[in-house]
Amino acid sequence: MKPATMLTHEMVYAALEDVHDPEIPVLSIVDMGIVTDVTISDSRVAVTITPTFVGCPALDAIRTAIAHRLSALSIANVEVIVDYATPWSSNRLSERGRQALAEIGFAPPPRFEGEFEPDILLNAQCPYCGSSHTVLRSPFGPALCRAIYYCNDCHQAFEQFKAIG
Amino acid sequence: MEHRAALEDLLVRMADDALIYGHRNSEWTGLAPILEEDIAFSSIAQDKIGHALALYTLLHQLGHPKPDHMAFMRQEHQYRCCHLVELPTQDYAVALMRHALFDYAERVRYEALRESAYKPLAELANKVRGEIKYHVFHANTWLRLLGSEGTDESRARMQAALDLLMPYALGMFEPSPYDDELWRSGIFPGENAIRSRWLDDIVPVLESSGYRVPSIEALEPTVGGRRGYHTEHFQPLLDEMTIVFRLDPDAEW
Repeated sequence: MKPATMLTHEMVYAALEDVHDPEIPVLSIVDMGIVTDVTISDSRVAVTITPTFVGCPALDAIRTAIAHRLSALSIANVEVIVDYATPWSSNRLSERGRQALAEIGFAPPPRFEGEFEPDILLNAQCPYCGSSHTVLRSPFGPALCRAIYYCNDCHQAFEQFKAIG
Repeated sequence: MEHRAALEDLLVRMADDALIYGHRNSEWTGLAPILEEDIAFSSIAQDKIGHALALYTLLHQLGHPKPDHMAFMRQEHQYRCCHLVELPTQDYAVALMRHALFDYAERVRYEALRESAYKPLAELANKVRGEIKYHVFHANTWLRLLGSEGTDESRARMQAALDLLMPYALGMFEPSPYDDELWRSGIFPGENAIRSRWLDDIVPVLESSGYRVPSIEALEPTVGGRRGYHTEHFQPLLDEMTIVFRLDPDAEW
């Protein structure tokens, strides 16, 4: 077992890049922006994550996957903390994460400044043809973080990762 | 810890509301009039049950039983939900109107709790209020579509739902013996304050969506839930909701 002090934040973050969202597997939890803190001390590494939505059913799976991945770094004592001290906002998605979403036909969430309002959901750009001639079919989708749209130009249904803050 | 009983009472009331309202919403899974509404009610149910879990987790950290035991193993009189969330809804108009009345109140409640002196609750409220915005957004859409933009029949059914539910909605704000203590300690502004902010929000929305708001002063709020007295609909709900968990409370899922 390595003493945890030999570890750097970079090493831990690099390992966390291998942990993916079970609901949208193209996204690592780092690109999703749900990792809000990594603390390394003598005998332990504590990873703090915050859910995209409070009732996210993937949270337990993500927790287990983090502990499993970090155990491969021979860290004896891994703690995964879930809290809301730094609440998740869709603005926390990385640029790489946004591109990965677009590539699989998911519109990335529109960025917002200041107070988030759900009206922002009414406008989405079609990830297939780039058209803004789209209509929100349902603010709720197959997962809590997804909304359903239809593109009037390429006649394709698509989803958007929902903005929230 | 100071004000512990007052805080716990508040958390149990809120968690039980979210759990039971979420359960009632989940009853529309597979049965809502159109597919998008099926998904919406199921998603809102999932959000609400998530809020209940987060609140029961705070209670667990204060020494209460585990969240699943709080949700599934208590006796009827130990729940503190209001009567509004217990009502069965065979009519979709009633489900939608309850959704609007309840979620406007949730919005006011969580907005106020962002300033709570109890920090874990303030942090949770800051997160939850973003989700509630989507719930209110959804409620607004249907209030308008079936009201000012609806037909005579849709307006009449929604109006009947509003007339039926308003006394129950006022019961959400049943005064608590802890209100004064919660207010003085900065944990929560108290039910009266929430009720008055709710009325300021919901009355104009209902009116501009084409409904007549019953005279609030003339109504007798339907209370008792916050003291453990429930409607005849509640025990059957608990029987159904808890049956699987109770078969083997220690099972690993």
